[in-house]
Amino acid sequence: MLKMIKKYLLSGEDFSLAGEASSNFKGVLKKLGIDPMVIRRVAIAMYEAEINTIVHGKGGECEAEIAGGKISLVFCDKGPGIENIDLAMQEGYSTATDEIRELGFGAGMGLPNIKRYTDDMQIETQPGKGTKLTLTINL
Amino acid sequence: MEYFHSVTLDRDKCHGCTNCITHCPTEAIRVQNGKAKIIKERCIDCGECVRVCQSHAKVVAADSFSMLDDFEYNIAMPAPSFYGQFANEISIGQVLAAFRKIGFDHVFEVARGAEYVSAATRELLKSGKLKKPVINSACPAVLRLIRERFPDLLDNVLNIISPMEVAASLARDEAFEKTGISKDKIGVFFISPCPAKVTSVKAPLTLEKSNVSGVISAKKAYNRMRPIIENIEADDSLCISAYEGIFWASSGGESSGSGATETIAVDGIHNVITVLEEIEDGKMSTVEFVELSACLSGCNGGPLNVVNPFLSSSRISFQSKTKPRLKEIENLDVDKLKWQKIVEGRPVHPLDDDLEEAMRKMELMDKIYDRLPKLDCGSCGSPNCKSLAEDIVRGFARENDCIFLMKERLKRLAKELFKLNDSYQDEDEGEL
Repeated sequence: MLKMIKKYLLSGEDFSLAGEASSNFKGVLKKLGIDPMVIRRVAIAMYEAEINTIVHGKGGECEAEIAGGKISLVFCDKGPGIENIDLAMQEGYSTATDEIRELGFGAGMGLPNIKRYTDDMQIETQPGKGTKLTLTINL
Repeated sequence: MEYFHSVTLDRDKCHGCTNCITHCPTEAIRVQNGKAKIIKERCIDCGECVRVCQSHAKVVAADSFSMLDDFEYNIAMPAPSFYGQFANEISIGQVLAAFRKIGFDHVFEVARGAEYVSAATRELLKSGKLKKPVINSACPAVLRLIRERFPDLLDNVLNIISPMEVAASLARDEAFEKTGISKDKIGVFFISPCPAKVTSVKAPLTLEKSNVSGVISAKKAYNRMRPIIENIEADDSLCISAYEGIFWASSGGESSGSGATETIAVDGIHNVITVLEEIEDGKMSTVEFVELSACLSGCNGGPLNVVNPFLSSSRISFQSKTKPRLKEIENLDVDKLKWQKIVEGRPVHPLDDDLEEAMRKMELMDKIYDRLPKLDCGSCGSPNCKSLAEDIVRGFARENDCIFLMKERLKRLAKELFKLNDSYQDEDEGEL
């Protein structure tokens, strides 16, 4: 089975770079001729997850893979982890600081939006150690 | 008519430089064998290349004044940006009256059509049924860009026909009432600031057939009018539209008339692309109405206009500020202003129709790109190193088209030749 993997480094210090990875991967998907509506879902989910990794996870990496009729996106960070996943999944709930909210982030829609636009979402998290978010979108 | 384009190339004038290929927003131009070549499937007729070509080799195929002979009664329809081509001392009434001196029987402001579009936009936005953010559809270059590069956003595009089309239909009806001349003998000519409008008349995306009979470049009309304009007596009865209609096509005009609470007005095709990317990523979810125009300062920046876009915009605000702010449209029928055709996406060709094959080509493309110098100089004839890698994979170019790779390879070859030469000499000396 043929697969394609793209790796992106997400720097935790620069919010202005958020969106670079999703934008790049979106270009890849367009060249591959993936259905535009699937691309839209990947773009939104990936952008939200990218922001989370940068804002909450203090940076990390993303591995995007196309294989076996699906697109998988794995985001890993060594940040503080998610203390209460149920709360984090509630629309409007956010732990973002005022400073981050002033930049237009932290509306509490990140994870709920990601779930909405993906076919599967798995969160593995350990407080103090980091978070691994695995997203799947079927082709 | 599969791919009609108003932007064409004058091969004799083309020097094969890199200006157009590096500025084209859809990477639709290549230089091959010393001449530019426009890729039909990718060109959106925005006219960026017309603007940057210093050899004036990019030509806009608009109609000529001789086409007026085909009709019994001719109406000029100037885009609002046309008013901005003249100094503040020249009133709109003067400009409109001047059309009767350069071959037309009558004149009808496109700004009046804009007032209908604005009223319809407000009504549709109020209905709350539109997908947010709503993207305007007045700029035909942007509409073609969305169809080609952002087909997933077509659902967000406002499905109202352009002010030019509304005005053409109103103008023809009005002239028929007044003169009794049959409608097919009435010529309605748009005085256009841009090539994209020419394309939208010759190959309309949203209508079966355009209401406009012909498109004359603003430059051509300006050149005829310039020598006589100062002595023309103004006819203010021709200037019916309000501020809203006249300012509509300047950047910010359409969005301020939309009645939406949060709007953004984006001008310049490269800015437009950035914003469309952001809408695609869901970053603009709070914005209600997005106004996009391919040219700087809206239609003022059209490549067929004469004066600087910012000056034109300033003149238009000067001319329009004495007018009433808004004009009420009586008996507005929004359904009549809606698109007659659904605009289908036409995404840029993928690397291959088969996904696995496309992935293999993508891998190869990445490997080739790694070998390229990443200077994006355009000397190979492709707009940047990434697109050269893609062109090679698609079979349109070779690695040796890169002059830097070629230089490296020649250097290596020269070294080997020297070595070979030395060893021959050694052998020769040995024989002596």
